[in-house]
Amino acid sequence: MSVSNNLNTDGRGLKNLFVSLKLGFFLAFRQIKRSSIGTTALIIFVMTLTFLNLVVVRGILVGLIQSSIDVYKERYIGDVFISTLPTKTYIENSPSIIEIVKNLPWTESYTGRYLTAGRIEGTYKERINYTDKVNEATPQFAGIDPVMENKMTHLSSRVIDGAYLNENDTEYIMIGANLLKKYLPIESPGLKTLANVDVGSRVRITVNGNVKEVTIKGVVKSKVGELDQRVFMLDSTLRTLMGRTDYNLNEIAIRIKPGADPIVVRDALIKSGASDTAKVQTYDEALPKFVKDMRDTFALLGDMLGSIGLVVASITIFIVIYINAITRRKFIGIMKGIGIDAVAIEFSYILQSVFYAVMGVLIGFVILYAFLIPYFIAHPINFPFSDGILVAELVGTIWRGSLLIVATIFAGYIPARIVVKQNTLDAILGR
Amino acid sequence: MKNIITVKNLTKSFKSGDTELTVLRELELVVPEGQFLAITGRSGSGKSTMLYQLGLLDHPNSGEILINEVDVTKLSAEERTKFRLNELGYVFQDYALIPELTALENVVIPLLMQGYNLAESKEKSQKALERVGLVGKMDNVPSKLSGGEQQRVSIARAIAHDPHIIFADEPTANLDTETSRIVLDTFLSLHKQGQTIIMVTHEPEYAELTDRIVKLSDGKIVSDIKK
Repeated sequence: MSVSNNLNTDGRGLKNLFVSLKLGFFLAFRQIKRSSIGTTALIIFVMTLTFLNLVVVRGILVGLIQSSIDVYKERYIGDVFISTLPTKTYIENSPSIIEIVKNLPWTESYTGRYLTAGRIEGTYKERINYTDKVNEATPQFAGIDPVMENKMTHLSSRVIDGAYLNENDTEYIMIGANLLKKYLPIESPGLKTLANVDVGSRVRITVNGNVKEVTIKGVVKSKVGELDQRVFMLDSTLRTLMGRTDYNLNEIAIRIKPGADPIVVRDALIKSGASDTAKVQTYDEALPKFVKDMRDTFALLGDMLGSIGLVVASITIFIVIYINAITRRKFIGIMKGIGIDAVAIEFSYILQSVFYAVMGVLIGFVILYAFLIPYFIAHPINFPFSDGILVAELVGTIWRGSLLIVATIFAGYIPARIVVKQNTLDAILGR
Repeated sequence: MKNIITVKNLTKSFKSGDTELTVLRELELVVPEGQFLAITGRSGSGKSTMLYQLGLLDHPNSGEILINEVDVTKLSAEERTKFRLNELGYVFQDYALIPELTALENVVIPLLMQGYNLAESKEKSQKALERVGLVGKMDNVPSKLSGGEQQRVSIARAIAHDPHIIFADEPTANLDTETSRIVLDTFLSLHKQGQTIIMVTHEPEYAELTDRIVKLSDGKIVSDIKK
């Protein structure tokens, strides 16, 4: 091979680039294969933690509010929610709407509720003077069909003390936990709670001027604010107290079959005329505004934390690869000394970084989907307003893992580049 | 016989704080092809620095170095790397092997860089390792080889791609007498086959085995003995 021939190939041809990449792969593969198992395991462990930090912190934040939404949907409004028009006190023609709901092909279950305001008074027999403070609260009363309600919302599983209503419990009520001081020991002008009242207590309820003494059969704690401040009784009992002779409801919650689209169901109901006398909404539309705002805020916070996590991840990888490259500075110098070009050396470091990142992300995926998510589903974090779960949609997780790998490529390239750019002789002699 | 190296007016200095330390002073040297040249001198005489300039591992402050009539001081960094790969071979004092690679793989990498495929590279590397007497230890990583064996791998790496010149920087400095002798025999054998070798050594008895001894003192050639 003549000198002049060697120097004629000015610039990097595609063939030379291919040769460098091939050699880079050769070096990376062998360096990974023969490097210390402990060091490799430690670097992969750091990458796994970095990936989990990227996904889990955001996932818990989003899960916190997502589970609140899920709880709202599962325990209260269902997939499609029919409620009273703002200008009306109840849903007119409710029986007709119920018939339509029953006949929809997507309906799995439904429940209708009568709602009215009223007053509940406890320990009234112990009140000696009229000047003594009345132990009362002013909740919303919900008349339900216990069987239909339980089929739709599994309300019986939310009874934390006592028992669920049955169809003959005309003299009993269930009370939301937030109406009892025992479960909500705070005083607030807008929220009165009953003191010294529990399961088995006799209470006096006043609805539409009608007074009735009933016994508390159970306490409901659903983590849905609206439900936990309600008093539940048989629909027939409440209708009597309200003086209602028709069957017009205030709420109809519908659970649709798996795979069915709530929008399609809503549109079908609107098309059938239900929207003439009621507000028909999907669960997403029916969510209270503050829940939607919280969801958006938490998603934003999650994205911000995720971005910070990505920067932290990049810095972590940079440090790991930089230390790796610095400790191998002499050998990088030797390789340059014997004529290995910078592209091959840099590519070998990029490949090593990608290997660490891919392994870390893969192990992170396994930990996330095989252990963490099932664990959080089985043991949700007990937040006051939701059962905190870990939300990690597959597409989002793949996207974050890919971002981490891309960040790794840069974080692996830059330190390798810094070391490769150093003076060859200084690197060899360790100066 | 044509001259493979021609050095003209070569000067190299280093900055040390405010003072400039001149290590090589206006050196003139001509090396014919096929010569086994020893550069000797006391510590700090500039012999290793001279080798680094000739071997393109460092850049002189002034002067010319012509290797095969190419002025290598005018090459870009990329061209120098390519020149080292294709024209030169190195044997370092501390062997300078890549610890994660086997003896064979250490020899293979410059050949892969030259564009040979893996099979061709392995074949040439095996031949080079056979030439230095390391037939049975090709799959050992450096930590499983003795110092002499590592140095012979280093020599095999230096010769595998048939370079025009081999530069050896005190190749026996870390070896015992017996192993040093084996390494020297390897160099002598290569020299007999026509290989140009430039070796830095502080051992007079090893220098005596070469064709020519250039002695440096304070960055100048103080003697040039041709046999």
